[in-house]
Amino acid sequence: MSSPKSAYSIPTKKGKLDTHIFVVWVDNESGVLARVVGLFSGRGYNIESLAVAEVDATKNISRITIVTTGTPQVIDQIKLQLKKLVPVHKVADFKREDKNVIFKEMALLKIVAQKKKIEKCLKECKKFNPVVLDKTNKSVVVQITALRREIDKMSKKLKPYGLTSTSRTGAIAMTRGAQTFK
Amino acid sequence: MSKLYTGAEIVFKCLEDQDVEYIFGYPGGAVLPIYDELKNHSSIKHILVRHEQGAGHAAEGYARSSGKPGVVLVTSGPGATNVVTALTDAYMDSVPLVCISGQVPTHLIGTDAFQECDTTGITRPCTKHNWLVKDIKELPKVMHEAFKVATTGRPGPVLIDIPKDIQFAKTNYTKFKKEKKLNGKSHNKFSQNEIDQLIDLISKAKKPVIYTGGGVINSGPQASETLKEFVRLIGFPITSTLQGLGAFPGDDNQFIGMLGMHGTYEANNAMHDCDLLINIGARFDDRITGKIDEFSPKSKKVHIDIDPSSINKIIKVDLAIVGDVNEVIKLAIKKINKKQNGLKDSNKQRISKWWEQIQKWRTKDSLGFVNSDKEIKPQHAVKRLYELTKNQDTFITTEVGQHQMWAAQHYKFNKPNRWMTSGGLGTMGYGLPAAVGVQIAHPDKLVIDIAGEASVLMTMQEMSTAVQYNLPIKIFILNNQYMGMVRQWQELLHEKNYSESYSEALPDFVKLAEAYGCKGIKADNPDELDDKIKEMIDYNGPVIFDCHVDPNENCFPMIPSGKPHNQMILGPSDKEENKITGKGKSLV
Repeated sequence: MSSPKSAYSIPTKKGKLDTHIFVVWVDNESGVLARVVGLFSGRGYNIESLAVAEVDATKNISRITIVTTGTPQVIDQIKLQLKKLVPVHKVADFKREDKNVIFKEMALLKIVAQKKKIEKCLKECKKFNPVVLDKTNKSVVVQITALRREIDKMSKKLKPYGLTSTSRTGAIAMTRGAQTFK
Repeated sequence: MSKLYTGAEIVFKCLEDQDVEYIFGYPGGAVLPIYDELKNHSSIKHILVRHEQGAGHAAEGYARSSGKPGVVLVTSGPGATNVVTALTDAYMDSVPLVCISGQVPTHLIGTDAFQECDTTGITRPCTKHNWLVKDIKELPKVMHEAFKVATTGRPGPVLIDIPKDIQFAKTNYTKFKKEKKLNGKSHNKFSQNEIDQLIDLISKAKKPVIYTGGGVINSGPQASETLKEFVRLIGFPITSTLQGLGAFPGDDNQFIGMLGMHGTYEANNAMHDCDLLINIGARFDDRITGKIDEFSPKSKKVHIDIDPSSINKIIKVDLAIVGDVNEVIKLAIKKINKKQNGLKDSNKQRISKWWEQIQKWRTKDSLGFVNSDKEIKPQHAVKRLYELTKNQDTFITTEVGQHQMWAAQHYKFNKPNRWMTSGGLGTMGYGLPAAVGVQIAHPDKLVIDIAGEASVLMTMQEMSTAVQYNLPIKIFILNNQYMGMVRQWQELLHEKNYSESYSEALPDFVKLAEAYGCKGIKADNPDELDDKIKEMIDYNGPVIFDCHVDPNENCFPMIPSGKPHNQMILGPSDKEENKITGKGKSLV
């Protein structure tokens, strides 16, 4: 390897990447999402999906769920950096493989097709708690809740049946059992 | 009903309650109500700078030399954008700053109004936190929280953006009660167990080294005293980062010099070969670690820091203690004294071989240089400056570049808060305004900016501030007509292609000094150097000292990029040895 003409060191080999889900409780004030997202972009971390909404109107608390990938060191940094933000109250961090945590995403699927095909579609969706939100002679809008990769699979599968448009949320998460994250 | 105060009045009420004595600022349309109120508050003095960046750096100099937060007041738009460099600098070097910026009236925000910019958006990544105050009732709370965030935990800059209509709006104000123990978002929660582990590691180490950083300075002067006691008690060698200089006396035998890219041979080799590394308040910066994979490969590593996110960020450590440096070492001393009475002697025996090795490294004299009787060598100039000022309490600021490294290498600091330099961000133009701030905080002390001619021109306008307030700062320019550090890298890495690193048409600094209404001194002969330095020190007023030095001198020793600590390039004498064997430029 030739010596680099740089005042900086050369990058070293990267470690294994893990997917983690961060749940962040923040004060629901203007700019708070920009702070959280800015932390990710400013330090070069990934955001795979993001879900945010107020969960406690009296205390003004919003819950942000972020899916991200990184080496264990990066994941650690993300957590510690998030905790340093002033409007952040607490940060929970789950591995995607964690069996104690429920992860869900919601998707709205619009299928434009003949009746037969639409019915086939609905059948395919059965596993994922389908709710038909709108129905016409030529179309249907169906809501499903599932894991990310399941929704990925479904979109692929339903394309030939006339899936024309997909709208999906980021993942949200909650631990199983009676405990809550302190 | 209690009395109602305007937003501008509340700003000053809060500043008074926070015991602020000085604000560094520059007026403009969107802060005029605050400036209008200034006259009613005699305990607060405003220092008018010439550029908002200067206000920021001056506040940094003030903060770092006094331990109190620096306060900056600027207008909207360009006022705010000009201060961004200083905020980023303060963020990187953990300096507590409270910046108040004016903003266009609330109803005009988002309309691209005159001198409007998204100040909180722009400064979000370079402050610990910032606030846009849209409701006058929020203002008192925000002001006090700003001081709390800036000064607690790992300190840093904060910004409060106040729209002009909020400065006029009225609300009531209840006097602020300072909380006793403030720790903000810090985590001073280390356990006894961690201290026990630390002491266990200390008692087993055969080749230990202590590596301290700016965190010791930020922990307050008491931390430096505690550190001294700790280091003398355990007898370990101690090295320091650029920012930590002064926390431990630079002329003490246990101090093995600064480490890192331009650190001493003994410090870097000790870091590489040690079996125990105790990092106290430093952050494993890339100028310190060199090649990460080969950083201190044989050591157990301990990291004491108040910022949990600094731990394991770059270097994995074996023991992390999150807490205030002073508190942690104080407890460690107490435990060592109480539990392990035998440690002091037996430990010193165990590490005596290590000390012998360090003495061997020391004989390399890695800071050595070939002096000349024809030209002033920059290292010689710094050394003479040190010798002629060491008998008085001197405060040194620097710009960024070769002169900064020479100052760090050859000027020995014995007390904390005497050394103000831009380390993390490396801001050329930092030193002159910082010296203004330092002199404000210490009006009777000698304040010298060891500068380079290229850096100092970036904020030269602040000489006008120094003259206005009669601040006798000394600007000691090591003038080599090059951006020296750029030139050095071009020589060593870019085949001597000195692309744009030479400044043609430099000003005559003596005349420039006179134009500003201060004194100019020029020296280009080694024989006259001492007398002229004395003349500078003795002059009661600001001085620009134009010290013409050898333009070809490089800053050694040096760890080239991508190399570990034990592969340093040493200075010219080392090269000469190698020339004899025909090896050329050497890696040791």
